[in-house]
Amino acid sequence: MNTNRCSIWVFGDYRNYFQNRVTLQLLSKANDLAPKLAAEVCAVLFGHDLDEYVYEYIAHGARKIYVVEHPCLKNYSIEKYTDLMVRLALDYQPEAILVGATSFGKEFAPRVAKRLGTGLTADCIGLEITEKGQLLQIAPSFGGNLVAEIITPKQRPQMATVRPGVFQEIPHDNQLRGEVVRIPIPENLPDDRVRLIAYERQEQREQRIEEATVVVCGGRGMGSRKKFKKLFDLAELLSAEVGGTRPVVYAGWLDSDALVGQAGKHVKPQILLSFGISGAIQHTAAISDADFIIAVNKNPNATMMKMADVAVVADANQLCTALIKGLKERIQTR
Amino acid sequence: MVSELPWDEKTGTLRRNLAEGMMNPACANALEAALEIKRQHGADITVITMGPPMAEEVLYEALALGADEGVLLTDPRMAGGDTYATSYTLARTIEKECPDFDLVLCGCHTSDSETSQVGPQLAEELDVPGVAYVERLELENRTARMHRLSDNFIETLEMDLPGLVTVATRANVPRYPALGGLDIAFGRPKIKLLDSSQLGLESDTIGLRGSPTKILNVYSPTAAKKNTVLKGTPKKIVDQIFINYGDKISGAIGKDLKTHHHDKQS
Repeated sequence: MNTNRCSIWVFGDYRNYFQNRVTLQLLSKANDLAPKLAAEVCAVLFGHDLDEYVYEYIAHGARKIYVVEHPCLKNYSIEKYTDLMVRLALDYQPEAILVGATSFGKEFAPRVAKRLGTGLTADCIGLEITEKGQLLQIAPSFGGNLVAEIITPKQRPQMATVRPGVFQEIPHDNQLRGEVVRIPIPENLPDDRVRLIAYERQEQREQRIEEATVVVCGGRGMGSRKKFKKLFDLAELLSAEVGGTRPVVYAGWLDSDALVGQAGKHVKPQILLSFGISGAIQHTAAISDADFIIAVNKNPNATMMKMADVAVVADANQLCTALIKGLKERIQTR
Repeated sequence: MVSELPWDEKTGTLRRNLAEGMMNPACANALEAALEIKRQHGADITVITMGPPMAEEVLYEALALGADEGVLLTDPRMAGGDTYATSYTLARTIEKECPDFDLVLCGCHTSDSETSQVGPQLAEELDVPGVAYVERLELENRTARMHRLSDNFIETLEMDLPGLVTVATRANVPRYPALGGLDIAFGRPKIKLLDSSQLGLESDTIGLRGSPTKILNVYSPTAAKKNTVLKGTPKKIVDQIFINYGDKISGAIGKDLKTHHHDKQS
């Protein structure tokens, strides 16, 4: 079954809106990379009643889709999906496999890589093709102070996970055509040793920080948990969402859902207000798509200040207070 | 409980906070989960970490908190391993030191690279069922029941032991060691040191050599752009912001703003 054509695969993660978006973003990136390898962009989809996604992925640039459909695949299963992906990869020998760094993807990709005996780079912030035709996996490393360029020189496929929001999807194009390869479910698919007893969809918050037009981010420089709360008052005036850095989440000033960072949410607001954040790469990698950044920090040399369009040298907490007051005076109520 | 310490292959040193003996925060949650199981059901806890000799401090801390045995994998040949090589090394250690284990608990990620890959890969290596990012864990006879949030789905899962879980950082609040406990732990060393030859591991399966991924280049990101610097009293700065960027802010938030202070009178 081994095809000679080189291919880049994207795992079709579709269970909720953001999982589906990251799949589209990876299809876009794969289309970017494919010409340099003369590769075909393929999506791989497991589940039940998948037509909606098959056509969506074709319209977003998948030239071929491997589909395994069966009622027993309706709920995501780490063991069944891993087994299927490994079989398909052994049969079709893709050059690279890209997986969204969703909760599921971060559990699924390491298992697939392990069974295929290959490398995997987590949470890439960039993917390129080297002169030698290798997948260059760019990821934050060493405590977030450095960026590492990583390759998988010998083993194939080359594998990487990417957080939602890192790459831009290409617009939907109904004129695009793709080949659908339907693969029957193997007879000896393993039973799930981890049994799903119950599940429910968590109520989604009204506005998601990933989609917010204005984002207010705070770091340890806010001073205390109590002072950090002011950012929520500011955010309310700005119709903004509040995010924070890892230390703030560890300190319990903010829910871990609101972590803005390599291992949390990636944001791309029109305006980002950054308070008391020094700017470790794990955070800055997740905000680099912001159109306009106003950073407040006592230290004018902080990395975050260098990234900002407007660098305000001031105490983050005092400036937040002044900005709240300034906004209240200026917002027209009529 | 398994902890993976980041070992900087460039300098041969650990990150400073860890060298000072700080446990990887997520691993503290895994240890807490283990101690809670011990309290409820009784258990023999072995803590395992990989790193330079000074990493034993982390094991002493775990012993002071109530773990029973500590194993330190220390061998320069193990250094620089990616998650593939690390999970291989940890799996062979567990098989040798704890062949009858019931449950492996891992921190859900390390604070340096946050790949979250070692736990799932360790489950593959050990060929046991595994669940990542567990927030609540209950044991009944030989069954583990787990609760977690995964991609906006609140899931309840079950598996039969032996198994592996990675513990979410919001699962619990790790206890701190009493100073007396630390002294006791230091007074009675129960740390076993192992290197690759004692584990019978070939050097091309571990560390840098056993890693499918290679680091080509490491650099410090320089993202400096031409920016405007504002200084002064908070009030003056805020006035400047509204004068220069009021329209931009107004457009983004969808609210009209009086950009100049004297607009108040008009």
